[in-house]
Amino acid sequence: MIAPLRQPPSFVPWLPFITLLKKEVLRFLRVSFQTLLAPIVTASLYLFVFGATLGERLSVVEGFSYAQFVVPGLVLMGVISNSFANTSSSVFISRYLGNFVDLLVTPITGWQFILAYTLAAMLRGLLVGSAVWGISTLFVDLPWSHPLAALLMAAMASFLFAQFGLIAAIHANTMDALSMFNNFLILPLIYLGGVFYPVSILPPLWARLSRFNPLLYLIDGFRQAILGVGDVPLLQAFAVTSLLALTLFGWAALLIGRGYKLRT
Amino acid sequence: MTPALEIQHLQKRFGTTVAVRDLSLTIAPGEIFGLLGPNGAGKSTTINMISGVCRIDHGTVKIFGHDNRHDYRTTRRITGVMHQEIVTDNFFTIDRALKIHAGFYGVPRDEIWRQLLIERLGLGPHLHKPMNKLSGGMKRRFMVAKALIHKPRLLILDEPTAGVDVELRRALWQFVREINREGTTILLTTHYLEEAEQMCDRIAIMNRGDLVALDRTKQLLARIQQRQVIVHLATPLSKPPAELTDFGATLRENGQTLCLELPKEGGIGALLPKLCGLGLPVRDLEMPRPGLEEVFITLTGSQQRSDPGGRQ
Repeated sequence: MIAPLRQPPSFVPWLPFITLLKKEVLRFLRVSFQTLLAPIVTASLYLFVFGATLGERLSVVEGFSYAQFVVPGLVLMGVISNSFANTSSSVFISRYLGNFVDLLVTPITGWQFILAYTLAAMLRGLLVGSAVWGISTLFVDLPWSHPLAALLMAAMASFLFAQFGLIAAIHANTMDALSMFNNFLILPLIYLGGVFYPVSILPPLWARLSRFNPLLYLIDGFRQAILGVGDVPLLQAFAVTSLLALTLFGWAALLIGRGYKLRT
Repeated sequence: MTPALEIQHLQKRFGTTVAVRDLSLTIAPGEIFGLLGPNGAGKSTTINMISGVCRIDHGTVKIFGHDNRHDYRTTRRITGVMHQEIVTDNFFTIDRALKIHAGFYGVPRDEIWRQLLIERLGLGPHLHKPMNKLSGGMKRRFMVAKALIHKPRLLILDEPTAGVDVELRRALWQFVREINREGTTILLTTHYLEEAEQMCDRIAIMNRGDLVALDRTKQLLARIQQRQVIVHLATPLSKPPAELTDFGATLRENGQTLCLELPKEGGIGALLPKLCGLGLPVRDLEMPRPGLEEVFITLTGSQQRSDPGGRQ
């Protein structure tokens, strides 16, 4: 009657990880209007304002139009926001709806969990970033001084904010608390990190204070990799970003390894 | 033989409340084991500690000889859990969700087994519907399929029939029996004591975190020695006959039913001559069999502590 039960199942050790990664990618693709299209439209509006209208009339860095200056920041903003949104919303909603227990009872390891969620978030962030860059080519030409360095900075940004999304989703107990991470931490740090202006044009005190904003190194490093000029040495930007990425990764791994707020 | 489940001195505390206190029990392979108890007894916490949803404060859980903390990848691979709460991921259809769950357990696609589950649980017509379009009963069926998709050796069912109609309950238990006959060990909790009585080889009763009874189902039922005799009368009585005071005679249904209790010592033999001697207009007589419910009430009722506010 149920003879197939007698055949013991085979076990493929990497399959839990691949399945979780696939599930996470499917999850954001199923609601792609919200997860991909909406952020691309928002960034396109910025591009239109700065590219087609103000972009050619302003210049904040010698040798480049304002549109050329602002596009790298907008691309990275897309990467950052969407990488954060992917891990934070997926884990938080699962916790909130209770279906997170489905993962807790499976043989998925902590490392597989972090890696699958991170890679899916990086994919979403980089997809949005690429689309924003693609649309920006309608308005501006970028020199791409160090294309590999730019790719590496974008990948590090998405990795870093995927970790931050995991941390926020685990710590937040309510949707309100989760949105506070975005509205009161990430957005101010992005806007004050030099997306729309170079920190070198700020008054000395504000310029010095800006050096404490870790996102300055990320945004400036990415822009420098594309334009070839920036406020912070490229190596320093890499070093600070790597350190921050590793710290957040360690924090996320600790929370997940201990099952903090995940296992009762 | 290695036990299917071996729990040693399991303990869990939430703040100052002890949810499970020093629980030890063993389940043999192929057994259907019932874990019963009132709300808050610690059943779900125990199940959550076995399955890995809940951290263990103290004690050990071994599933087929594997420690569920040190060798969790093995224990989770051979354990299937159907949770009490309906948990579904509304992003996916039943079809997709079942494939995802098999993958979570590292099991490559086994189409024959998947189709059998879909067929036996009546999921076929709903396979491509999103979860939020399914009825509660259908979601429960899906949860059973989800718990079984990786062919677990130990199947844990936490209140599987809560809020489920009679037809599905029967079908579900029949399926569980069949799975058990094929060698799967079953650990279940239910509030329907009749179901536990019919299904389980052995039963453990928990109350307020403590294990208050653990025995074979028949032995547990035999603990209730006191039996009742109900006499239906053709004409009503105004008061219970004084001669039957020793049998705790009481009247019900406007004097048309006489309820008597047989003493622990002696049986019906002592009562029948007295009944006949009184010349009562007996229409019918019945002796209801004591059920698990009586055992349950006796054990959990007598275990209530004097400090209802806490279980420190």
